[in-house]
Amino acid sequence: MKSEARLLLVVSLFGAAIGALFWAVGLNPVYATITSGGTIMLGAVCLLGLLPGYYYHWWSRRMTPRAEDDPEATPESGAGVIGVFPGSSIWPFVLGLSALLVCLSLVFGFWTAIFGFSLALAAVVGVILESRRGGAI
Amino acid sequence: MTLLVERPGVVEEPGGPEHDHGPTGLLKWVTSTDHKVIGKSYLITSLVFFVLAGVMAVLMRTQLASPDNTVVSQHTYNELFTMHGSLMLYLFAGPFAFGGIANYIVPLQVGAPDMAFPRLNALSYWLYLGGGLTMIGGFLTVGGAADFGWVAYAPLSNAVNSPGAGPDMWIVSLILTGFSAIFTGVNICATVFYLRAPGMTMFRVPIFTWNMVVTGILILIAFPVLTAAMVMLWADRHLGTHIYTVSGGGVPVLWQNLFWFFGHPEVYILALPYFGMVTEIFPVFSRKPVFGYRGMVFATITIGALSTSVWAHHMFTTGVVLLPFFSLMSYLIAVPTGIKFFNWIGTMWRGSLKFDTPMLFSVGFLVVFLFGGVTGVFLASPPIDFATHDTYFVVAHFHEVLFGSAVFGGFAGLYYWYPKMFGRMLRESLGKASFWFMFVGFWVTFLPQYLLGLHGMPRRIAEYSASTGWTSLNRVSTVGAYLLFIAVAIMIVNVYVSWRRPIQASGNPWDGHTLEWATSSPPPHHNFYRLPPVRSERPLWDFNHPEHTTRKHEDLLAAEGKRGRRHAPGAHAGTDGGPADR
Repeated sequence: MKSEARLLLVVSLFGAAIGALFWAVGLNPVYATITSGGTIMLGAVCLLGLLPGYYYHWWSRRMTPRAEDDPEATPESGAGVIGVFPGSSIWPFVLGLSALLVCLSLVFGFWTAIFGFSLALAAVVGVILESRRGGAI
Repeated sequence: MTLLVERPGVVEEPGGPEHDHGPTGLLKWVTSTDHKVIGKSYLITSLVFFVLAGVMAVLMRTQLASPDNTVVSQHTYNELFTMHGSLMLYLFAGPFAFGGIANYIVPLQVGAPDMAFPRLNALSYWLYLGGGLTMIGGFLTVGGAADFGWVAYAPLSNAVNSPGAGPDMWIVSLILTGFSAIFTGVNICATVFYLRAPGMTMFRVPIFTWNMVVTGILILIAFPVLTAAMVMLWADRHLGTHIYTVSGGGVPVLWQNLFWFFGHPEVYILALPYFGMVTEIFPVFSRKPVFGYRGMVFATITIGALSTSVWAHHMFTTGVVLLPFFSLMSYLIAVPTGIKFFNWIGTMWRGSLKFDTPMLFSVGFLVVFLFGGVTGVFLASPPIDFATHDTYFVVAHFHEVLFGSAVFGGFAGLYYWYPKMFGRMLRESLGKASFWFMFVGFWVTFLPQYLLGLHGMPRRIAEYSASTGWTSLNRVSTVGAYLLFIAVAIMIVNVYVSWRRPIQASGNPWDGHTLEWATSSPPPHHNFYRLPPVRSERPLWDFNHPEHTTRKHEDLLAAEGKRGRRHAPGAHAGTDGGPADR
């Protein structure tokens, strides 16, 4: 988990460093207007790396070591349940269709969003029930 | 149906019997959450968009073949170049790589049963398909499709200059495909971070997967900015806001800042996966480990990081950017890219080379991308950019970069992994014919465009007069475009032939190095029945050729003597080739 944490923290550090540079240049009023956008976006890059990066860092010190991170692990040492994988589900399709309808309301007027939001509601309920029951489509 | 997946080696047949009772036919495709089915759907959809965009390019080149030509009207021409760029960049080059090939290959390369979030993966595809159809649907509206260029610069893309539903559909499609890309980026990162095979530390992950992780992070950095910019553009068009208009106190250049803050990382989102594909192909067809594995990884990370701080080199001529800063940062990107070139050549150096079609396309990629990269270094210099901005010089430059990576690199990846995906080989003879048509056609198309740019021909013009003297170069370029079209047609014929008269592919037709070749072609549901032990970045090679193991003898001794010790004194990390591989 440490390599992953470092990778994301490097992203964060890079955003912070270049963002700070931008901010410093922007202190000069001549450049203030042309650097403000970059300062904000690079600050956001810093936060984007910091949140998961610090979480991984925090977690890597507390978790039991994983077979993935052990250079000498054998296939048997990783044996066991990996996770829950849905075999098939109609709800991603329904949710995609609902997103399409909601977005198309930006072009064709509000009426497509009515169908879109209805389908989205159905999809959310469906996904939750499916996860609970573990049933087929 | 939900099921608990266990590690291979414990259960002999993961997946279990419940798949016999699943839906069939069209419903099976619609409800599938298998990364292999979704990857293939992405692949086919993006190739359809690629062919459509290619037809648009041929139409444009036909229009430009002679002066004052009237094959298409000026308005249609504007629609064509806009949709050509949008389809190629948003719907082909990106989704082909991170939705198609990566979706299929990344879980296999790390030894995972599926992507980390299979239903999110399926949602990505449906958003992408919906967005793509919406973009194409712009042609069916009264005013026609969007016609402001794929960059949609601010005053031109507002409601006064570009009225109608077509531009709105373009905006909507980018919101949808943007979310699709974000979800795929999250999925790829989570898959690699959480579902790797035992023993596969981050520094044993194949380079293609590494590049996809960095691409995933870049997607997370870049695409939200694009989506936000699109929503604000829509608000300017319909809600009467003045974010990008001078009249209400807005800033048109803000659009360029936001767009290119997305747009430049996007260039690397398009390039890095293809760098990864050729990095998989060179070692296999040189029968050597990749030269400088860690250098490759760090070069990828450096390219990714730098790409977030060079966006304004597209805006030098606006006069409101920090020229020295962006120029310097753009030059800096040449350094990690140079390291990659060095390592690719180092991988081939003294290897026993096999020039099968994937290798040919990869070498073609090297040559083509080098030229595109070098002219990119020219353009990072503000004085040269002032002179050539918005001329055909820039057009030729970014086509060399993007065609070089997305088409040469992409076809290399397609020829390399097609046997794994579809369980049948593509014909070598047709593949080689396709390559040579493409390689020759490429230079015939784009070298004249450099000269046209230097002679002052601006981009995005539908007509020019004979007195400009641009006719002959344009005609040569058009001939080249037809050659490229033939090359793609041969590729399609090749796929058709492999479909009608299949040659079965074995699990490991190329003697591959990485885990995707350790399973059958195509892989079973949940991918693996058993995994080889992972002791280096090419576990399957070590398993199949124990006498030529990637790890050096000293490393093995160190591993036995002291767990976790990486370097024996005087030995390298075991990545740049044991003597037996030379």
